[in-house]
Amino acid sequence: MAGLATVFGSGAMTNSIAEVENNDALFVIGSNTTENHPIVALRMKKAAEKGAKIIVADPRKIPLVKFAALWLRQRPGTDVALLNSMMHVILEEGLEDKRFIEERTEGFEAFKAAVKEFTPEYAEKITGVPKEDIIKAAKIYASAGKAGIYYTMGITQHSMGTNNVYSVANLAMLTGNLGRESTGVNPLRGQNNVQGSSDMACAPTVLPGYQKVTDEAARAKFESVWGRPVPSKVGMTATEMTGAMIDGSLKALYIMGENPLLSDPNMGHTTNALKNLEFLVVQDIFLTETAELADVVLPAASFAEKDGTFTNTERRVQRVRKAIDAPGEALDDLEIICRLSLRMGFDLCLNTPEDAFLEAGSLWPALAGMTYRRINDNGLHWPCPTSDHPGTPYLFHGTFPKGKATFTPVPFVKSKELPDDEYPFVLTTGRVLFQYHTGTMTRRSKALEAVAPEAFVEINTADAENLGISTSDMVSVTSRRGEIKLKAKVADKVGPGVVFIPFHYKEAAANILTNDALDPVCKIPEAKVCAVRLQKA
Amino acid sequence: MSNNIKINVCMGTGGIAAGGDEVMAAFDLELRKAGLEADVEKHCAVHRVGCRGFCARDVLVDVSVDDVRTTYQYIKADMVPRLVEEHIIGGVPVEDWVVGQDYHDFHDRQEKVVLADCGQIDPEDIQAYLDVDGYKGIVKALSEMSPAEVIECVKASGLKGRGGAGFPTGMKWQFCAANKSDRKYVICNADEGDPGAFMDRSVIEGNPHAVIEGMSIAAYAIGAAEGYVYIRAEYPLAVERLHKALSQARAHGFLGKAIHGTSFDFDIKVKLGAGAFVCGEETALIASIEGQRGMPRAKPPFPAAKGLWGKPTVINNVETLANLPFILRKGAEWFASLGSETSKGTKVFALTGKICNTGLIEVPMGIPLKEIIYDIGGGIEGDRLFKAVQTGGPSGGCIPVEHIDLPVDYENLLKVGSMMGSGGMVVLDENDCMVNISKFFLEFTQSESCGKCTPCRIGTKRLLEVLTRITEGKGKKTDIDLLLDMANDIKDTSLCGLGMSAPNPVLSTIKYFRHEYEAHINDKRCPAAVCRSLLTFTVIENLCKGCGMCLRACPAGAITGEKKKPHYIDTSLCVKCGACFDVCKFKSVIKE
Amino acid sequence: MIDLTIDGRDISVPEGTTVLDAARLLNLDIPTLCHDPRLKPYGGCRLCIVELEGVPRPVTACTTPVAGGMVVTTESEQLYRLRRTVIEFLLSDHPNDCMVCQRAGDCTLQELAYFYGLRDNRFWGERRRYDKEDANPFIKREMEKCILCAKCVRVCGEVQAVGAIDLAYRGFNAKVCPPYEKDLDCEFCGQCVAVCPTGALTGKVWEAQGRQKDVKYTETVCPYCGCGCNITLHSVRNRVIRVSSRENTLNEGWLCSKGRFGFEFINKPDRLRTPLIRRRKDGPLEPASWDEALGLISSRFEGIKKEHGPDALGGLSSARCTNEENYAFQKFFRTVIGTNNIDHCARY
Repeated sequence: MAGLATVFGSGAMTNSIAEVENNDALFVIGSNTTENHPIVALRMKKAAEKGAKIIVADPRKIPLVKFAALWLRQRPGTDVALLNSMMHVILEEGLEDKRFIEERTEGFEAFKAAVKEFTPEYAEKITGVPKEDIIKAAKIYASAGKAGIYYTMGITQHSMGTNNVYSVANLAMLTGNLGRESTGVNPLRGQNNVQGSSDMACAPTVLPGYQKVTDEAARAKFESVWGRPVPSKVGMTATEMTGAMIDGSLKALYIMGENPLLSDPNMGHTTNALKNLEFLVVQDIFLTETAELADVVLPAASFAEKDGTFTNTERRVQRVRKAIDAPGEALDDLEIICRLSLRMGFDLCLNTPEDAFLEAGSLWPALAGMTYRRINDNGLHWPCPTSDHPGTPYLFHGTFPKGKATFTPVPFVKSKELPDDEYPFVLTTGRVLFQYHTGTMTRRSKALEAVAPEAFVEINTADAENLGISTSDMVSVTSRRGEIKLKAKVADKVGPGVVFIPFHYKEAAANILTNDALDPVCKIPEAKVCAVRLQKA
Repeated sequence: MSNNIKINVCMGTGGIAAGGDEVMAAFDLELRKAGLEADVEKHCAVHRVGCRGFCARDVLVDVSVDDVRTTYQYIKADMVPRLVEEHIIGGVPVEDWVVGQDYHDFHDRQEKVVLADCGQIDPEDIQAYLDVDGYKGIVKALSEMSPAEVIECVKASGLKGRGGAGFPTGMKWQFCAANKSDRKYVICNADEGDPGAFMDRSVIEGNPHAVIEGMSIAAYAIGAAEGYVYIRAEYPLAVERLHKALSQARAHGFLGKAIHGTSFDFDIKVKLGAGAFVCGEETALIASIEGQRGMPRAKPPFPAAKGLWGKPTVINNVETLANLPFILRKGAEWFASLGSETSKGTKVFALTGKICNTGLIEVPMGIPLKEIIYDIGGGIEGDRLFKAVQTGGPSGGCIPVEHIDLPVDYENLLKVGSMMGSGGMVVLDENDCMVNISKFFLEFTQSESCGKCTPCRIGTKRLLEVLTRITEGKGKKTDIDLLLDMANDIKDTSLCGLGMSAPNPVLSTIKYFRHEYEAHINDKRCPAAVCRSLLTFTVIENLCKGCGMCLRACPAGAITGEKKKPHYIDTSLCVKCGACFDVCKFKSVIKE
Repeated sequence: MIDLTIDGRDISVPEGTTVLDAARLLNLDIPTLCHDPRLKPYGGCRLCIVELEGVPRPVTACTTPVAGGMVVTTESEQLYRLRRTVIEFLLSDHPNDCMVCQRAGDCTLQELAYFYGLRDNRFWGERRRYDKEDANPFIKREMEKCILCAKCVRVCGEVQAVGAIDLAYRGFNAKVCPPYEKDLDCEFCGQCVAVCPTGALTGKVWEAQGRQKDVKYTETVCPYCGCGCNITLHSVRNRVIRVSSRENTLNEGWLCSKGRFGFEFINKPDRLRTPLIRRRKDGPLEPASWDEALGLISSRFEGIKKEHGPDALGGLSSARCTNEENYAFQKFFRTVIGTNNIDHCARY
């Protein structure tokens, strides 16, 4: 989210889910919405029925393509070229929103110069998308009254993910599709409370509410409430921590509710890192692959066994309520942290979830107007600064947090690892409808497991023919980092030269293969592009 | 021999079934043999013509020598050589085969508008239609009238929908014309589904261009550029002739862009129905054209506002459309002069059942029922007693003998508890059981219900179950009231016309023939001796010759008896198949 | 706005409103089985019939748009009779096995039978018999209980845009089924289960897990993707047995297969029940008391911090934890440990 924060001064979905169905055009790039955000996808389908045009840009023929007016199959890792070229066309055709650019943005000229070289012909060579389609997409998006962009990890999980986000933001700014209903730049969050854990600053650079740890005034505010000094040195990101574990500078790690062993790229590397720790604490509801390596495992309550709030992808803060008691001696995470803190000599003074919620609100104005009572029925969208504020379904009406939004000239940079003679295929990873993340929850459901029991590698029909592979054959997939064996699914969902593997399955963990090369700005790993070779096993 | 010889062979579905193709071929062969080319260009022409209504007499052949027409009936291919030799070459009609007075009575009492050219012209030749002033109606509309004037003309004519409900056609058009839209449609409803009805089929088979012209007039009036004919796939001949007519019309510039040399565009597509009765209901028909399951939806909105693909649409029945060229050509006043005070024009009926002359007839609205049955229909077969006439098919009701003088029009039929419907007319006599008739129609509607709404889906099934048990002698004292309760509630709650009218046969038979229901229920007796479960077969001893025919015919071994001595039927073994009754030459087996 | 009168009360509603919606604004209770405000009007069950002044037959309120000056009657002796007949028809072709039905107590048909006092039935007759078991792992389809309201068909087409089922056959034999009457093979969102007014569609996952009277309902938020769908947890004796969702939520009551059916993990026996400690290097994880576990963590964290400084420690938090827990976690690291080495899984 560093990308959007740099551009606008705030990094989150700009518009709400309900607005989706009133878009005139939707540009869905790097998001397999029907499988990963099924309920947002319902609104997209409804929009299409109401007459909206959907443009899908995805290397895979994802289910949403059925509802799309236009499908662009870009090569993995070439999003910037595609986006820049669309913007090139928009400028050529004079479809940009001149008034919006003039009044609400800065840095336009430099940006304009940067997209100059991205003619549709040039972009076709890089992306593989026919130039006519690039022009068509640009026209559909730019001439719609209300156009929204939707993206997920297909945009961000790249070594140049931040660039991708800048590009997406440029496109919205160029056409004035910001600060109005049913428009915007909308990163769809992949997990129930990613937005909330970002807001609550489980992040090395910021304090709750995106207030920088390097900002003295911000620290002072927190110190006055917390009654303890706040460190000013920027901390390590998760991916950097992995490196620090390997080199020995990080000695102890406390993991709350995560299974990085399966979810992080380059699994072998992650395993070594965790094993190298002096002391590992894992707090979870199951004995996960990661927990098995821990020195201490703490039993936590599941979402059904605790009170609190989640903030969904559209910034809506909603109540989580306890339905049943946690099993055995398991405790909710809040209580565990408070008990540990007390044990270490400090009372966090967060006796109830609402204590924590109100304290966070006292330190972050966007949450200041919310109480459990106010969000009881349907939640509220932040920012909600006062107790009579109705919440903010869409952001940037009239102004941006940082005043003007900034265009960023974005060069096209290739993925870190591209196919070569030795590893001729591009591997891209993702989820399937019936499983979720590392499968800790879904793989314990008999029914879900029955319909999506095992990993597979999607191979294009032509490639499969060349390799003599048919559906259900066992295939070994090898990258520079490892090898897995799994069944083939031959279809034209992926294009030639591309393969897809869902990352839910520990038996054939896709992240054994993926690249942990990082985006230089926000340290997101390149899980979406790496080079592999295939062999019938 | 004469230089002016015309031969018309009846080639409707009935004519073809009776051997029309062979008769045509025989004429061709015989004429060639005689050195007379069977060709339109030459002095002796053989035409195929559509149905003229009297299908029971097929194959009907007209031989015109110097415009003196002789009509032959029951012609087979092997009879053709004699016709050619004696009549065509010899100039003397073959009196043995010429139709009798009853044929002329059948036709003379009719008033033909829609059917005027059916059976007279070749339906596969557009020129034949043009020769009888075809397409002059649409040309007049396009060149002399505004769309609003066309609508006024149709309104003034008093034409009402011939598909059953009788809604004024001009009004329907006016509603549709008033709705602004980028696209509008005209649909011809040719999904004729009533058992025993073949009016629409005969019109399309006999004069398809009249329907095309009618649709063009409707399209011009409402501003539609596209039309559909929704026609049953079970009408292959009609479909074939329709396609031929459409392509001929296109070739003549009567369909397509800028028709008849004006700036008006109109073309027609044909959509085949899969034989679902409910698809005759207009909203179900539209759903079916759109590729959906053929199920009706609630109205409003009516198709005139939101029809095919959500656009304003006029749906007219075949017969309604076929009236239009005449109305345009001859004027609204002429049309309004036909028929009764409230129902204008004529109506085509498919006359069937226990009547001497079965076939297709067209009569002026308001004609007394009696005239149809006795003058046109020639009375009841075998001089049995007339009991009732069922009109409106499964949606209609029956009219008993006390209403035999009823003038037949929309209003009067409703008044006596029946309806015009699309034109089915089934004549029943003393040998028909009214409970069984009502069960027959319920069997039909029950299995043709689309299943969407509760009362029609389950209610008609329950009605049928009660009727069935009555005919099986298991009826309860309360069943008549139960039937009435159900029937009325189904009428009040059903979604579409199918369900609303499905109970009509039950209601009208109870109204006029309650005593028959009571006899079944109370006395376990079927007065017409139809309901098998209630019959007893017995041998009248003094008539039985002991021939043993019945004994051999009985599949259940229920008959015993020595040769030449009276036989005996054991009712406990009898399965009531009626075989003994049918084989007995001495009428010594009776059923009651 | 359109002015009309319903049961003697005046009301003004926007053009295009149906009579049913207008009546509901007046809190009038018109029964229906096939209506769902999220789906297009259907008019199949015929229960919502009302009388309009000047119109000879009753009309269905759900399909009739309001018109100026309309005078509507929603309750009359005749309407009661007709509705009762319709329900009686439905019950005459229904197993009426409420004693073992999953939906007992939560079934619209049962409810109507109760309110209309339908114990006996004038119309008993043939019942449909469908004994086919659908082999899919999610949805139990008992088509004998189906009343053909077609809500499932409509939600599958109109909302989910999948069209996995449709009506087949005619009349009394009409039924809802997948193409060629095969087993259901779809996205298993369970939207059809959610809208079914009878026991025809239920979740296999919650079969025979608990009856309505014992269920405790808890409003909460789905733990899967970021959509934040509002869900209702049904729990019985400290077990979550089912997930549903209310209509008036951001997700309009719609869920996906994970949200609706993927809750079994909560009750799994392999849930962690006590703290575990590895008492010796490479030894096994063994159960421990909270006191022992927290004591160990506390002393090891203190030790490492003392020896290597606070930045030798790090914390990874989870997007599956609540805001409050994440807040506490970072507060703990920043105040107690003294480091900003905190991150979460947003990047994966």
